Amino acid sequence: MRTAVPEFPEARLRELADRYAAAIAAKRRRVWLGAAVLIAVAIAAGWMGEVSLGNFVENFWRFPAYFVSIAPKFSSATAWSDLADWLWGLPRWTRLLGDTLLIAYMGTLSGALCGFALCFLASANLVKSGTTVFVTRRVLEFFRTVPEIVFALIFVLAFGLGPLPGVLAIAIHTAGALGKQFAEVVENIDSKPVEGVAASGGSWVQVVRFGALPQVLSNFVSYALLRFEINVRGAAVMGFVGAGGIGQDLIEAVRKFYFTDVSAILLLIVLTVMLIDFLTERLRHRLLGLEGSTR
Amino acid sequence: MSSFSFENRAGIAERYPGVFRTDWWQRGRIAILVGGAVGLFLFGIVQLDIPFNRLSQGMVRLGEFVQLMLPPNPGSWAEVLKYLHALGETVSIAFLGTLGGALLALPVSLLAARNVVASRIIRVLTRRGLDTIRGVDTLIWALIWVGVVGLGPFAGILAVICSDFGTFGKLFSEAIEVADKNPAEGVRSSGGNHFHSVRFGLLPQVFPVLLSQVLYYFESNTRSATIIGIVGAGGIGLQLAEQIRVLEWQKVSFLILLILITVSSIDWISGKLRFAIIGKRTVA
Repeated sequence: MRTAVPEFPEARLRELADRYAAAIAAKRRRVWLGAAVLIAVAIAAGWMGEVSLGNFVENFWRFPAYFVSIAPKFSSATAWSDLADWLWGLPRWTRLLGDTLLIAYMGTLSGALCGFALCFLASANLVKSGTTVFVTRRVLEFFRTVPEIVFALIFVLAFGLGPLPGVLAIAIHTAGALGKQFAEVVENIDSKPVEGVAASGGSWVQVVRFGALPQVLSNFVSYALLRFEINVRGAAVMGFVGAGGIGQDLIEAVRKFYFTDVSAILLLIVLTVMLIDFLTERLRHRLLGLEGSTR
Repeated sequence: MSSFSFENRAGIAERYPGVFRTDWWQRGRIAILVGGAVGLFLFGIVQLDIPFNRLSQGMVRLGEFVQLMLPPNPGSWAEVLKYLHALGETVSIAFLGTLGGALLALPVSLLAARNVVASRIIRVLTRRGLDTIRGVDTLIWALIWVGVVGLGPFAGILAVICSDFGTFGKLFSEAIEVADKNPAEGVRSSGGNHFHSVRFGLLPQVFPVLLSQVLYYFESNTRSATIIGIVGAGGIGLQLAEQIRVLEWQKVSFLILLILITVSSIDWISGKLRFAIIGKRTVA
């Protein structure tokens, strides 16, 4: 079968080919320029960050060596008693891990409630006053930007050692982070139900409750679960500054070179984090699947 | 029209019983959920031994701290220069950490993506490995690297590289898996091999998404880079922890202010860049 492929005249073809080559060359130039800028910035940052390849090459063996030294010692004859030796602190560590999870849970719940209360005030489509929106957003930004460990350091001085400063620190950080994400969700809702409730005489609270809330609740819960996942990791290191949970035991084991304890605690933390990740992911998928949400 | 006035409410309720009936099943479920959440919270208060008497005392003391913090005051110009240097270290840690993590994660994420590597074993092993790395917090990585290369920002950079490697590996592989497969099939059908189809069919689609994720994490890494100084891995966290320990509250508030300004400006710049790269705001 013959098909007639339309052919441009030679001059026109050459012109098109030149134009194509020019476009490609321009793109390539942009990429090279970007790469050059990136490399220049990386070199500057490397100088600032005291990157020393010599040091790295010389000392890198310590990295795998560290993992070898923290690895539990097993011999085939006494495998079971070796295992018992390695996990000697299991009851204590399990309790501390439980505490860590509770710190994360309490921090997430109270932070999510604060974020929930604040997010509607930070949404430009529900609040008419520009000042309220601006002030709420700045407050949320402050809560979110100051790292939770810094809050924890200050709270430990104010409230004393223990889980309370950890819970409060996580709650404040969560309020900031979730408040922002919640507000973004609220700003993207369909405005018709909101207008409908307002048009039939609803107050501001009723507008939020019946117009906005049903649209956003599943997304809110999904974000809160995601934040819980993050907070479990955060709560695991709260103990570094004395704010409760398993972190205290971990940093002690690292500092005092209780090598096998380090590996046991690390393993327990990683397993817990994986388990929580798995559970929250299942829950989130079910939730979003049930509600038939777009996200 | 008149039938919708409120005098007629009983009539409406009679005509649409389904709308007005109380759904006890639904309400019961909500009550159980809320009750469970509140119950767990109360259990937490008991289990963690939260001291309520210290709560009010602590609030008073916190108020005193805030009073002492105002106005922010670094003390002297020499201190300002020291803090700015520490801030530079922090930004460098975040930048090189993000860059290094992304460069290392790109090839590994290909191994974890279903549409690139057919072998299930490789994929599952890569995924579990990435999960393990991700399960360890940046602060813990920093502790380990401080032991390897000594105190200083270099340990911080390596720590951020490690934790970002895990995160990016997962995010990248997810982005690669949801990519449209038509371009890759097109490359295959016009005679390209598997490598060509990945390079010319897959990567061009996902590259902007990956770049946007990297920029998003640059900002969040600036936040985590501000604190890894607490375990001795350089940056402004070291100064901050020191000043909190010696109760120099005016310096503390100055440092917090510096961190706020830096993170906000990086947030702004990376937001602009992401907007320029993918044309719309997306939350990673």
